[in-house]
Amino acid sequence: MTSQTVVTPPSQVAAPPQQRAPVSGTMHRVQSRAFRIGRWVVIAAFLIATLVPFYYMVLLSVKPIEALLSDPGSLTVKPSEFTLQTYVDVLSPVASGGQGFGRFLANSAVVALASVALALLIGIPGAYAIARLPFFGRRQITGIFLAAYLFPAILMAIPLFVGFTRLGLRGSLVGLVIVYTAQTVPVAIYMLRNYFETVPESIEEAGLVDGLSRLGVLRQISLKLAMPSIMSTGLFVFMIAWNEFLFALLFLVDRRERWTVSLGLSQLSGSVEIPTTVLMAGSVVLTLPIIIIFFATERLLTGGLTAGGEKG
Amino acid sequence: MSTAVTDETPTPTKTSAPKKRRTLTQRDARLGLWLMSPTLLIVLAIVIFPLLWSILISFQRMRLIEIGRADFFKPLTLANYERVLGSSAFWNSLLITFVYTFGSVVLAVLLGLLAAMAVRQPFRGRTLVRASFLLPYVAPVVAVTFIWKTMLNPQFGIINQIGQSVFGWDEPIPFLSQTEGTWNLFGLEIPVPTALLTTIAFEGWRYFPFAFLFLMARLAAMSGEPEEAALVDGATPWQSFRFVVFPQLVPIIGLLAILRTIWTFSEFDDIFLLTGGAAGTGVASVQIYNYLTVQRNVGAAAAQSVIMSLVLIVLLGIYLLVLRRRGERV
Repeated sequence: MTSQTVVTPPSQVAAPPQQRAPVSGTMHRVQSRAFRIGRWVVIAAFLIATLVPFYYMVLLSVKPIEALLSDPGSLTVKPSEFTLQTYVDVLSPVASGGQGFGRFLANSAVVALASVALALLIGIPGAYAIARLPFFGRRQITGIFLAAYLFPAILMAIPLFVGFTRLGLRGSLVGLVIVYTAQTVPVAIYMLRNYFETVPESIEEAGLVDGLSRLGVLRQISLKLAMPSIMSTGLFVFMIAWNEFLFALLFLVDRRERWTVSLGLSQLSGSVEIPTTVLMAGSVVLTLPIIIIFFATERLLTGGLTAGGEKG
Repeated sequence: MSTAVTDETPTPTKTSAPKKRRTLTQRDARLGLWLMSPTLLIVLAIVIFPLLWSILISFQRMRLIEIGRADFFKPLTLANYERVLGSSAFWNSLLITFVYTFGSVVLAVLLGLLAAMAVRQPFRGRTLVRASFLLPYVAPVVAVTFIWKTMLNPQFGIINQIGQSVFGWDEPIPFLSQTEGTWNLFGLEIPVPTALLTTIAFEGWRYFPFAFLFLMARLAAMSGEPEEAALVDGATPWQSFRFVVFPQLVPIIGLLAILRTIWTFSEFDDIFLLTGGAAGTGVASVQIYNYLTVQRNVGAAAAQSVIMSLVLIVLLGIYLLVLRRRGERV
């Protein structure tokens, strides 16, 4: 605070020093120019590195395997070769000669949506409690959650594998949902808590004074105010559950009819009989929902941020 | 909230008013525990309890076929630890894990810093550029590893095609299946662990967005005044980065390094999907998986995972010590 008051006077009379700046030599100008150009080179390089692989994925998914093998260096698709048969092949059920990704998509969707529902159902009350209610051990719980979030999944994999086998939950989608919920609830609580804390307490107290119970306040006031935050938390959980690989592999590998898209693609990509282009179509099918959600949340998040800015 | 009590003046009616307050607080506290309990239950059951059980299993003999009959009261033994620590594969995989972790963390943070500095000044299309930078991080790991595997394929992958036609490579490079290749640099033949370097490059590509996000947020929150002052005083852009901007980023870089180390050290998906742990990329987590599914030895897998956590904890301890000595708050 004090430094600001010291700094402001000189910056108000900034005109003379600006004229002085060029005097400081050519080094300055050379570097400035190098930084200006270098910046665009860097941005271009990063764009190529991040976008080309995804372009390559889409490209390969719309050409027949023969076209890829005859001209592997090509980065375009000839109109005569363009095909969507790869998508038909990958999505249709095994019984009709496809790879059964339609089924995998349904499995992934069920698992991810159930995880979102459960994580929010459990996480919203928890986040509200941590943000607002002074219960015993509140601070320690945050620490436990942080540790749970940081702890590597592979370390829980063995006991969960053993335990779920004993309970008969391994090999079922329910087991997967339980694990995903446990993995995402700590993050969900963290995200939601931050939001609940920004809701002015006076609004909630007004609700209490008007005769609402705490739960009534949570349901009728805080939840509505926190809707954007709940949405983005839900989408975040969805993305984690949709992308997850390790537990799907451990729990479901020997039951093809229950594979998720991630597991299906990883299992089938080792096979020589399935053309790479067909698997690329599977890869697009796996990636597309995430990309759509990602661009949707980006806007949602920035929207939430600017809304907060207007108020503050 | 609780300060409201002190606002009240000590009047004769005092007895009833604070009492009501306190019961409200007490009710709130009880409700808080209730609201918290489902979360507590699932985290205890699925995270905390398994961690403890994993330690117990590591001291018991357990084969994969017996897990249907697993119980807590089997006799304890050190056999699993003897087996894991006694195998040369363990020490080799530990070394690989260290190299892999160090290389990946440094690369990801450096790339993230470079990207964050590049898009710092506003320009048209910045939002779109920023979103594109995040793609490798948000896309499903199975999809991006599959794309990389295809791009690096020696027969028809685009990288080897371009390498041969544009850069004049004599033969395709088996990026993901070659344990050791030689780089011919000015007549010197330098041996390089090809597959390991490729997986590190993949980690840099996939996780730089994470560092990018954190650093961008820090840069945006940074006051521009010290930098302006430095420029006015004749500092070059490099000097202003080195002496004004960078020091302010050091704490967040330390935090990033810690988080990325935790996650990279135990990374399983990326390596398993890219190389399956072959060609000199058998990191510790892939070994755990192999103990479990190939050797079908649950006890040894648990022992290795416990050892891995201990190494990780020691590593983090050293990190924190170094950071504290340098006077950074983490």
